[in-house]
Amino acid sequence: MSEWLSPEEWSAVTLSLKVATTAMVGSVVPGIAVAMLLARGRFWGRHLLDAVVHLPLILPPVAVGYVLLLTFGRRGPVGAFLAEHFGIVFSFRWTGAALACAIMGFPLLVRAIRLSIEAVDRKLERAGETLGAHPIFVFLLVTLPLILPGILAGMVLSFAKAMGEFGATITFVSNIPGETQTLPSAIYTFTQVPGGESGALRLTLVSVLLSLAALWGSEWLARRVRRRLSVG
Amino acid sequence: MANVSIRNIRKSFGSVAIIKGVDVDIDDGEFVILVGPSGCGKSTLLRMIAGLEDITDGEIRIGPRVVNDVPPKDRDIAMVFQNYALYPHMTVADNMAFSLKLKGTPQAEKTKRVQDAAASLGLLPLLDRYPRQLSGGQRQRVAMGRAIVRDPQVFLFDEPLSNLDAKLRVQMRAEIKELHQRLKTTTVYVTHDQIEAMTMADKIVVMHDGIVEQIGAPLELYDRPANRFVAGFIGSPAMNFLDGVLTDGGLRLPSGAVLSLDGQPALPAGSKATYGVRPEHLQIVPAGTPGAIPAEVAVVEPTGSDTTVIAKAEGGNLTIVVRDRVALRPGEAVALQPVARQVHLFDERGQRVAGL
Ligand SMILES: Nc1ncnc2c1ncn2[C@@H]1O[C@H](COP(=O)(O)OP(=O)(O)OP(=O)(O)O)[C@@H](O)[C@H]1O
Ligand SMILES: [Mg+2]
Repeated sequence: MSEWLSPEEWSAVTLSLKVATTAMVGSVVPGIAVAMLLARGRFWGRHLLDAVVHLPLILPPVAVGYVLLLTFGRRGPVGAFLAEHFGIVFSFRWTGAALACAIMGFPLLVRAIRLSIEAVDRKLERAGETLGAHPIFVFLLVTLPLILPGILAGMVLSFAKAMGEFGATITFVSNIPGETQTLPSAIYTFTQVPGGESGALRLTLVSVLLSLAALWGSEWLARRVRRRLSVG
Repeated sequence: MANVSIRNIRKSFGSVAIIKGVDVDIDDGEFVILVGPSGCGKSTLLRMIAGLEDITDGEIRIGPRVVNDVPPKDRDIAMVFQNYALYPHMTVADNMAFSLKLKGTPQAEKTKRVQDAAASLGLLPLLDRYPRQLSGGQRQRVAMGRAIVRDPQVFLFDEPLSNLDAKLRVQMRAEIKELHQRLKTTTVYVTHDQIEAMTMADKIVVMHDGIVEQIGAPLELYDRPANRFVAGFIGSPAMNFLDGVLTDGGLRLPSGAVLSLDGQPALPAGSKATYGVRPEHLQIVPAGTPGAIPAEVAVVEPTGSDTTVIAKAEGGNLTIVVRDRVALRPGEAVALQPVARQVHLFDERGQRVAGL
């Protein structure tokens, strides 16, 4: 493949994989936590949280990228704080691309997990409590294994979204080859220069293949897990 | 093992009162059945004992300890649910070992206890299967095994047999009873099936609409129901009721016929009252027999061992159960003679009238 793709194209592909994997892995735990809160929580502001989580789904991606720039940029309140105290910088770095992708994919991830939490038979959890399990163990031993298919589905969605994310990423971290130029940004760049059609086509083909692979992989995994979890 | 004491327990969901002040004492080792029609609050009460439902008011003790604010995991109980609530992602052995795993019991002891319980329930060949690979009856046994392995102070059962077919239900009924005789663990068992209650319980608690109607041994409830509700709920087919007015020594039906009473009811003549007689305490006698209720045969249902006859009488249908096979045809005129010693009388509010 490395002979077929130019070094720049190849680096866009690997960068996209790195960004998408980071976005997906990094958002799993918060995704489960937020999904639990939304599915089970009875607190003031639940609907507000729900709305905020879903915002990236309905806002123009460019707007999300801009908000990220304002808050996580070098001079943004969160960005400045993180840079000063932890040396973590998002703006114009691949980590920023991962953050943008994670946020854009978050509603999809949360939605999938939340649906599977809502489908869990509460009796199974109650039985755990009556058998002597602390709620934390009920979650780890009962709930978590039961919602695994939902988590996997959510992770695939989040990964797929990250592989295709363009607007928020390019607004937040720009389009720097080798640092923040992901697959979609690279395709976009090719379409903007004369003679770039073949590059754009090659990269489009790569993203189709990657998406299909992710989809099939997740289907296969989900089927295995579901078979193991079926009650009856 | 422990006794359970339920003191003036109340439960409301929002503004709706579901349990309206219930007192029950359950002795150490006793098998108590909560029975009542659907929606009367049996499961809610059981879940309050388990700690799965907050207590609005009152006090529940398990042994000497008030458990109102004790979380379920610390109440030392084990509950068997109607749909078994087995973990689909665990084998039978892992399901059964669940409580031991939480306690960090050593592997060797864990295996032994699971094996012992499995052996007593006939589950040894199934230990490596998953719940989806079991029949309903086998799942039921695994759910019981999981509870037994916990070795709790109290077993709680919520309609554990209602998903099984009739034959299996009878078999499991006997198994649960035998299990209780062996382990002697205090048990609270919920059902809406009064036959289950009659056959299994040491003590039955009859509930209705959030209150306790009567508590007693099965035959006590059968022979001396405290009120019309219990009289009608316990026993199958249900007791027959006839409304009338008390006269000297009898009860006059609206038609003018007088049913004689054996004894002196503690209620003045002229009071309205309800006469109750069980289907097996009505004898079919030739039409026109004095003192008997005139009736016309409507349906004859032979069950093999006995025969149920439904007869139309003034004031409603009456059910009669006779031990012999009878040669009766629908439409035939007969008379029904109550066994006077076996008659129950209820006042206008449905309370049992003493003196019979
Ligand atoms: N979480 C709840 N919120 C509001 N009402 C409830 C709740 N749980 C139960 N109820 C109501 O409380 C009443 C008693 O319910 P419960 O489940 O205890 O009945 P039950 O006696 O077990 O009936 P069944 O034989 O049908 O199982 C019902 O009217 C039910 O609608
Ligand atoms: Mg119930």
